[in-house]
Amino acid sequence: MINACQKIHFVLLISRQGKVRLTKWYSTYSKKERSKVLRELSGVILTRGPRLCNFVEWRGLKVVYKRYASLYFCMCIDPDGNELEILEIIHHYVEVLDRYFGSVCELDLIYNFHKAYYILDEILISGELQESSKRTVVRSVAAQDSLVEAAKEETGSTISNIIAHAAK
Amino acid sequence: MNPFSSGTRLRDMIRAIRSCKTAAEERAVVRKECAAIRAAISENDQDYRHRNLAKLMFIHMLGYPTHFGQMECLKLIASSGFPEKRIGYLGLMLLLDERQEVLMLVTNSLKQDLNHSNQYIIGLALCALGNICSAEMARDLAPEVERLLQFRDPNIRKKAALCSIRIIKKVPDLAENFINPAASLLREKHHGVLITGVQLCTDLCKVSSEALEYFREKCTEGLVKTLKDMANSPYAPEYDIAGITDPFLHIRLLKLLRILGQGDADASDCMNDILAQVATKIESNKNAGNAILYECVGTIMSIEDNGGLRVLAINILGRFLSNRDNNIRYVALNMLMKAITVDAQAVQRHRATILECVKDSDASIRKKALDLVYLLVNESNVKPLTKELIESLEASDQEFKGVLTAKICSLVEKFSPEKIWYIDQMLKVLSEAGNFVKDEVWHALIVVISNASDLHGYSVRALYRAFQTSTEQETLVRVAVWCIGEYGDMLVNNVGMLDIEEPITVTESDAVDALEVSIKRLNSDLTTKAMALIALLKLSSRFPSCSE
Repeated sequence: MINACQKIHFVLLISRQGKVRLTKWYSTYSKKERSKVLRELSGVILTRGPRLCNFVEWRGLKVVYKRYASLYFCMCIDPDGNELEILEIIHHYVEVLDRYFGSVCELDLIYNFHKAYYILDEILISGELQESSKRTVVRSVAAQDSLVEAAKEETGSTISNIIAHAAK
Repeated sequence: MNPFSSGTRLRDMIRAIRSCKTAAEERAVVRKECAAIRAAISENDQDYRHRNLAKLMFIHMLGYPTHFGQMECLKLIASSGFPEKRIGYLGLMLLLDERQEVLMLVTNSLKQDLNHSNQYIIGLALCALGNICSAEMARDLAPEVERLLQFRDPNIRKKAALCSIRIIKKVPDLAENFINPAASLLREKHHGVLITGVQLCTDLCKVSSEALEYFREKCTEGLVKTLKDMANSPYAPEYDIAGITDPFLHIRLLKLLRILGQGDADASDCMNDILAQVATKIESNKNAGNAILYECVGTIMSIEDNGGLRVLAINILGRFLSNRDNNIRYVALNMLMKAITVDAQAVQRHRATILECVKDSDASIRKKALDLVYLLVNESNVKPLTKELIESLEASDQEFKGVLTAKICSLVEKFSPEKIWYIDQMLKVLSEAGNFVKDEVWHALIVVISNASDLHGYSVRALYRAFQTSTEQETLVRVAVWCIGEYGDMLVNNVGMLDIEEPITVTESDAVDALEVSIKRLNSDLTTKAMALIALLKLSSRFPSCSE
């Protein structure tokens, strides 16, 4: 109808050596297509010089990327999208990660990759922004973490579980 | 202890994989883990299901096949505990996509979870649905999601709003049902709900003209007020970025206003003041501010014309274009591409700066600038613009030369005022970047030359001169060789001299030598050699004295 939808098509976190730390696909890409995207974009983005703009045009789409320490955060949008805003969304995600992990580093995201996804899922759904308050995002994830902790404690102390473990 | 279940914790597995020195080592570790997980799955192991799925997800990220774990996701989702559902839904989103039939099996669990008493579980379900549901699932679960748009917890309402977006995209007929609930969201105060609500309305407008009319009529004023409140809002630490309260909300409101104002004078009128306020008051020293200004300019350019606003917009463009930040200049070029259809003259005024950008060190900027220049060319400015572009050609790198050459040739062919100018420009291009010139282009040049009988002498002399200095460009050699063959006598006898030409002394044997050089040249391919031979043949009948 009017212009193409302006959502984010995918989010990638790639290390400087080209290792993939997180991939979230909001549009449909087959397994083969995903590998291709990763290969091609890694090649393009990892070789870009430091003082160039943070946008690359790729296959009729635009990829906005920003490097934080050893990680490249990449988000792909339609050509009509607001690139500057995507930079803010990337920064928003990074700041939340920082608050949650307390000065986040790449290792945190490797060993706690599932947490990185949980956090992303509180910031974006279907490639659209969900929440602009970092405090709300962190609180929501923390509340869910508490539920998990509480459940673990419960499981730990039920008698049937104690017996089950002893029988193993 | 179950002999088949892997004793390693997730952390240990990750550590083991990371310490592998070769790909073969890694494959071995992964194979062992997968075997243990497969065994656990076939034993229907409950205790380690959670941990095993986490391991599978990590393995999946490394690129290994993990389809055998898909059913585990379903089992975890069907469990009653929150931890199981949390990892189960994550696994679902990671390991599956909407095209897998297995996904349909989750529909029932989803329906139950959307009605759960624990709102975090409702949240998990909405998130998964919003990220990967198929059209069928969308249709099945739409009523649940619609209901959740009015749930007591705003965090659920905002997730339901985004989930609704996916639903109406998958099943546009359902859009009508969401119009009223979406409009209610616009009246809320919670930022997350506003952001997602505005986005939902925006997407509704794109799939339903009924929605567009409804929002335009009923909601424009309210949206303008919301944006005003944001713009005038006092410091709000929770939402502040670079001194602006919630730039994300600003931007989404501007996007929706753009759609509502487009093609409608009344709606456009309604938003003039706030657009002017945003355009003049937002500070542009940080990215957040510039992101808002960028969106604001886009909105101004799309809605019905208001002279004053357009001037404001072009001013912002001008500032952006001379900003030292590469991102801002790139975005300015983008804006200018869109502004051309709206106010071509205003864009022409920035021609000089745009041409500078064609020589920029950033490839993304160069390309954008070139696309823009191409759109700016017309009969009156083609000569100075082409001159600048050819200068850029000399300074550009190999990668860019091809694109630039193609664009120059295209422009020159399209807008050429006189044949002699066309020939001159083509000669320059051939001398500088002949190897990038496509066959159709130099064929066309030859055709033009042969049809311009008064320019035969000029052409052959010019080509001869060029040939003396630029023999590395294959196509230049070919065109030169053809001309010498056809018009060799004019070359030698200075026939058809134009006023602007300097006399040149070329003997018959000079002409023949030139052709001989072309044949002997190391880089000459078969086409060039063949053309040179034919040219020699032609000359042998014209210069009988040089026949040997």
